[in-house]
Amino acid sequence: MIDKSLIKKCQMASKKIRIDIIKMTYAVGNVGAHIGGALSMVEIMSALYLGVMKYDVNNPSWERRDRFILSKGHGVMAQYAALKEAGFIGEEDLLTFKKNETQLFAHPSINIGMGVEFSSGSLGQGLSLGVGTALALKRKSNEKSKVFVLLGDGECDEGSVWEAAACSSHYKLSNLVAIVDKNNLQYDGPTEDVLSMESLEKKWADFGWNCLSVDGHCEEEILDALNTKCDLPLAIIANTIKGKGVSFMENDPTWHNNHLTKQQFCQAMEEQGVQSV
Amino acid sequence: MIDYKRSNIKLWSRLGSCGAFGVAANELAQTSDKVLMITSDLCFYSGLNRFKSKYSDRLYNCGIAEQNMVGVAAGLAKEGFVPFATTYATFAAARCADQVRVNMGYMKLNMKLVGLTAGVSVGILGPTHISIEDIAIIRSIPNIIILSPADCTETVKATIAAAQIDAPVYLRLSGPMNNPVVYTQDYEFEIGKAIELKDGDDVSIIATGTMVYNSLKAAQILDQKYSIKSKVIDMHTIKPLDTQIIDQSCKNKLLVTVEEHSKIGGLGSAVAEYLSEKSVRPPQLIIGFCDEYKHAASYDYLIKQYELEPEQIAEKIALKYKNMKG
Repeated sequence: MIDKSLIKKCQMASKKIRIDIIKMTYAVGNVGAHIGGALSMVEIMSALYLGVMKYDVNNPSWERRDRFILSKGHGVMAQYAALKEAGFIGEEDLLTFKKNETQLFAHPSINIGMGVEFSSGSLGQGLSLGVGTALALKRKSNEKSKVFVLLGDGECDEGSVWEAAACSSHYKLSNLVAIVDKNNLQYDGPTEDVLSMESLEKKWADFGWNCLSVDGHCEEEILDALNTKCDLPLAIIANTIKGKGVSFMENDPTWHNNHLTKQQFCQAMEEQGVQSV
Repeated sequence: MIDYKRSNIKLWSRLGSCGAFGVAANELAQTSDKVLMITSDLCFYSGLNRFKSKYSDRLYNCGIAEQNMVGVAAGLAKEGFVPFATTYATFAAARCADQVRVNMGYMKLNMKLVGLTAGVSVGILGPTHISIEDIAIIRSIPNIIILSPADCTETVKATIAAAQIDAPVYLRLSGPMNNPVVYTQDYEFEIGKAIELKDGDDVSIIATGTMVYNSLKAAQILDQKYSIKSKVIDMHTIKPLDTQIIDQSCKNKLLVTVEEHSKIGGLGSAVAEYLSEKSVRPPQLIIGFCDEYKHAASYDYLIKQYELEPEQIAEKIALKYKNMKG
């Protein structure tokens, strides 16, 4: 049973993260941002950063911390907003998003002090880094820390994901958790149309993972899944909606990377219960 | 401590560059518990059989999955380990180029990528397995040190030096079994500091990898047959390039680079790029593989086809030298 107050805390964080993503997208103007895939991973971020992961903002390289790797690097707005909720960065940092010379550009860039473990952006590489990190933690007899890797479902087209998936179970990496943000859309359209991968649950299970399927917008279900204990690496298929929480973005591939007009921004904010001027 | 005695140097030469790498791996394992070996189904081929039997928990086989192997090594490196990831040079550089670029170039993670059988030592396996472009590919990625040892003794030294430096390194292993010996005794090896093996004041020959030995032989021929005196340099580090020794080499009338790699993007290109900014410099002759894949054949056969035998190198240099004077 997940503590009710923890669920509440994560839900509150999700709300703030979603608002920050909308604000960041609006602030960058016409260049737009990867908002659709950021909105689909909001609840996953809050469950990890506010509910499950151990870290110390005053000692970011703390050996016993959990490691989070954002393999679907383009979803980074949600991570930045979560890092703000966690206390790694401030509101003023979020405002630098995609500005020249910012640390917060459109893909994560390695910065342990800021809570970003690895650079990413080129898809299909994060799980391998996760395998290496998980092996390293075992070598160091660090039984306390876990490695969480967030992938996109479109990203699972990459063959290197499956190289890493096989490697994870071969080395029995019980300290490794892969979460797939299954929002069913990729750049060119529905994943089923672009490259059908059939059942992702079956695939991860066939690769030797303990695979669970959850509602990726339900903090309680995500927390519950993340707390699963077993001797195998754990894959969580988080069923999500791309653009979740903004009615006109939901399930619309044109919001993979897009900008917000003032009117759209106001509507998006209103849908979060925020009156904007 | 590794012993650079004559019998060992002979033994390493017999083993070839992969075997010599394995010798160094064992040495490193004894001195640091941070050193790990990662391979993609090439444990034996990488000379790591003894390492595997002695330090089985420090070797990770990723199977035939090179891209994952590079990422796994990068993850281990970030947590403070010093992983060496081994595969054929062409798979290391070409197949994994993006992983190498992101993990080693961009993130500068302290991992070592080992390119086995670079050049044409596995020529009979055909163009899929030879590597004539690896230096060009990796040299164009920022932040990666490139080591290209001249013989098996230097392979041992370069491997140990790679482990000791806190930076991403590409270690290019080349040459056949019974790799000719350039260094007959212990010597000082420093990353980025090329070694002058022979002095001469007509031609400067800057060589790397197996072509150091062939250049020394070529220098003998040039002397005996054409009375041309050559300086010969072992440029074991392609990046960062030892520009000081290139400056000194420019005092001679002709500068030659020799490598078991494509003439495009390798040592010759690196030297030419450096010299292009100088207003006064000698002409440069780039000797290496021409821009084509030869039909599969043995090492010796292909070296001859690509015109990299000592006699062929000497002849090219003599011709160029004569034409310059005329």
